[in-house]
Amino acid sequence: MKNMDIKDIIKPENLVYDKSELQIDTIMHYCPGCSHGVVHKLIAEIIEELGIQEDTIGVSPVGCAVFAYNYIDIDWQQAAHGRAPAVATGIARTNPDKIVFTYQGDGDLASIGAGEILHACNRGENIVVIFINNAIYGMTGGQMAPTTLIGQPTSTSPLGRDVALNGYPMKMTEIIATLPGTCYVTRQSVHTAATVRKCKKAIKKAFQNVMAKKGTSFVEVVSTCNSGWKMTPVGANTWMEENMFAEYVPGDLKDNDIQKPAIGN
Amino acid sequence: MGELRLMKGNEVLAEAAIRCGCDAYFGYPITPQSEVMETLMEQRPWDTTGMVVLQAESEVASINMVYGAAAAGKKAMTSSSSPGISLMAEGISYIAGAELPCLIVNVQRGGPGLGTIQPSQADYFQAVKGGGHGDYRLITLAPASVQEMHDFVKLAFDLAFKYRNPAMILTDGALGQMMEKVELADYTPRRTKEEILDQCGSWATTGKTSGREKHVITSLEMDSHKMEQNNLRFQEKFKEIEATEVRYEAIRCEDAELILVAFGTSSRICQKAIELAREKGIKVGLIRPITLYPFPSAIIAELAPKVKGFLSVEMSAGQMVEDVKLAVYEARCTTPVKHFGRMGGILPSPNEVVDALETKF
Amino acid sequence: MTEELIIAGFGGQGVLSMGKILAYSGIMDNKEVTWFPSYGPEMRGGTANVTVIVSDKRISSPVLHEFDTAIILNQQSMDKFENSVKPGGVLLYDPNGIIHPPTRTDIQVYKVEGTVTAVEMGNPRVFNMIIVGGYLKVRPIVSLEHVEKGLEKSLPSRYHNLIPLNLEAIRKGQEIVEKVN
Repeated sequence: MKNMDIKDIIKPENLVYDKSELQIDTIMHYCPGCSHGVVHKLIAEIIEELGIQEDTIGVSPVGCAVFAYNYIDIDWQQAAHGRAPAVATGIARTNPDKIVFTYQGDGDLASIGAGEILHACNRGENIVVIFINNAIYGMTGGQMAPTTLIGQPTSTSPLGRDVALNGYPMKMTEIIATLPGTCYVTRQSVHTAATVRKCKKAIKKAFQNVMAKKGTSFVEVVSTCNSGWKMTPVGANTWMEENMFAEYVPGDLKDNDIQKPAIGN
Repeated sequence: MGELRLMKGNEVLAEAAIRCGCDAYFGYPITPQSEVMETLMEQRPWDTTGMVVLQAESEVASINMVYGAAAAGKKAMTSSSSPGISLMAEGISYIAGAELPCLIVNVQRGGPGLGTIQPSQADYFQAVKGGGHGDYRLITLAPASVQEMHDFVKLAFDLAFKYRNPAMILTDGALGQMMEKVELADYTPRRTKEEILDQCGSWATTGKTSGREKHVITSLEMDSHKMEQNNLRFQEKFKEIEATEVRYEAIRCEDAELILVAFGTSSRICQKAIELAREKGIKVGLIRPITLYPFPSAIIAELAPKVKGFLSVEMSAGQMVEDVKLAVYEARCTTPVKHFGRMGGILPSPNEVVDALETKF
Repeated sequence: MTEELIIAGFGGQGVLSMGKILAYSGIMDNKEVTWFPSYGPEMRGGTANVTVIVSDKRISSPVLHEFDTAIILNQQSMDKFENSVKPGGVLLYDPNGIIHPPTRTDIQVYKVEGTVTAVEMGNPRVFNMIIVGGYLKVRPIVSLEHVEKGLEKSLPSRYHNLIPLNLEAIRKGQEIVEKVN
């Protein structure tokens, strides 16, 4: 076999994988092994597949994902810590033809923003909520979150989360599923090829629900933070499967075919 | 001539918002301004002009809803009273940092803390000096009548969009609860999508169409040098506002030996005090700042060498008096500047102001 | 012409609405008006008062320490506001429930048997309009024609059938007002 030139390899007919046109070429600020990159990729692909780039407005949180706007080529608003659901409410209410989603971590959504997310979901705001739950504060350096597991060590619970001191892991998705304003509430992960495919289906359904004006769709992605957890990427995936899934059980919690009532009816 | 009505200041804020083509109001109930949202909910503007009205779960949520709508180029507003404005401080700072236009109304009540529900002007510092974190300014308008409560809604939105900066109407419970004759403006339709694109298309999150870069509304900039450049740009904007947008009213200052400086409700009380004082032979005039930021320093400086003193009359322990002193200092004058005020929801009466003039000078 | 008036009584006596009707009547007469209520907890059952200013020129302070006229409808308000009437001014009161009638001699004191007359008219709710009638007889700051227009503007249309009754009450008040000193 003669030596192949690179030009012989990079041909359209040899293409087996390409990234979405909505994914922006930029320096990756997430740590190797982090789940954020995968979820960003899925969102970009879904927006492209649904053909809604011109109509989608993302709301980024405070936390590692504050820079989500650097990765997906749509219009973005960056929200104050925990307030993304209120910001999204402001956009969605005044722009009912737009597809609005928030992208929030567990510190943002379950701790400082617990009030805003509950009320946005309870009003059934026509938005998608992507909730990345890695049971820790990544950006500020691995502090305890409301979602931190019992006994899990963090920089502010160095001997492990103590129930007497800190209470219990907060299951936001279970709480959210009780709210009638939500139409679709699910818990996913992106640690294997199969779960990535499943998660993509879930996020796509969430966007389609908003396009059909069904109310709030809420997708939790149980995620790893190998830096914060002080593990290797592979070790973090294993730890997540063995520990996180027991507390945060993957699967759909709610999938209702409802229509958000129009104002005044 | 527009329609004449007898209306409360709070009601007129709502009516003026609908009539000037406001896109959205987000609020949370608090005395003494709840009539703003109550009036809107009764009027149901979503059925007529298409204006969105939403009762949020908190003041924190309200201001962030305003942020969301404003970032999409919409004319959005909220209103609250003192404790609620404190809760909004973070959001206001973000709005200023992201250079978004919006209107915030503070119908002040006595503080600090939960304080009282009676009128006060003790949030002057919060409005014109800070409130939230960082180097920013709020264009601050101080209406002194129900008519001005009406007129300043449109004016505040116009200035906010002109400078892409949040604007505040700083009023108080007295003006909110008071009814006066008001001439209502005709209805200005809300801007169409095309008009919003014309006005805000270069920056707002109107959806990334092909042919333009994505728009990102954020106050975050990790590179300190770039963040300093952002701040320098803000400061240029504030200089322009200070040079262009000062508004005040001078009443009987021509022959005055003493000058009262007062805004809003206090300025009304001072107008009566001037009548009473002049009956006693005290030649007194009034400078009524209409914009608290930018503060009318130039007219104070101009009067400083000509008069015997300034008395800043405020429903507070003395906040605006500092700006009067600064203006006199900038004029290289030593004209005495004194303060008279009542606090905690008490309104000064005109004769108390006259007494203060007699005892302090 | 400037009339600086305080109306004071119990919440529920129609104090605020009396003020509102007078203010609206002023607008109908092309005058400047200010209506400034006491607000807050005292509105709920306790005393209520409202300052009404009607003038040909721009109105200055809504906060006043003395008034051209005080309309007093209970004893607490009498205790509080008798001394706030300017010398030469007017104090008009309903004697019902007044234990200590006004004693000042440097003002003009009038009384209107509003409570009793309203019962006689078979409708206690027109009480405040009888008082308005007495007031307008003594201080004709607006004409009855403008009051009628003011009522039309200030009352929701579903209550417009009550306007003739209210006007009758005003006329009755004008008849029965009597000077005391």
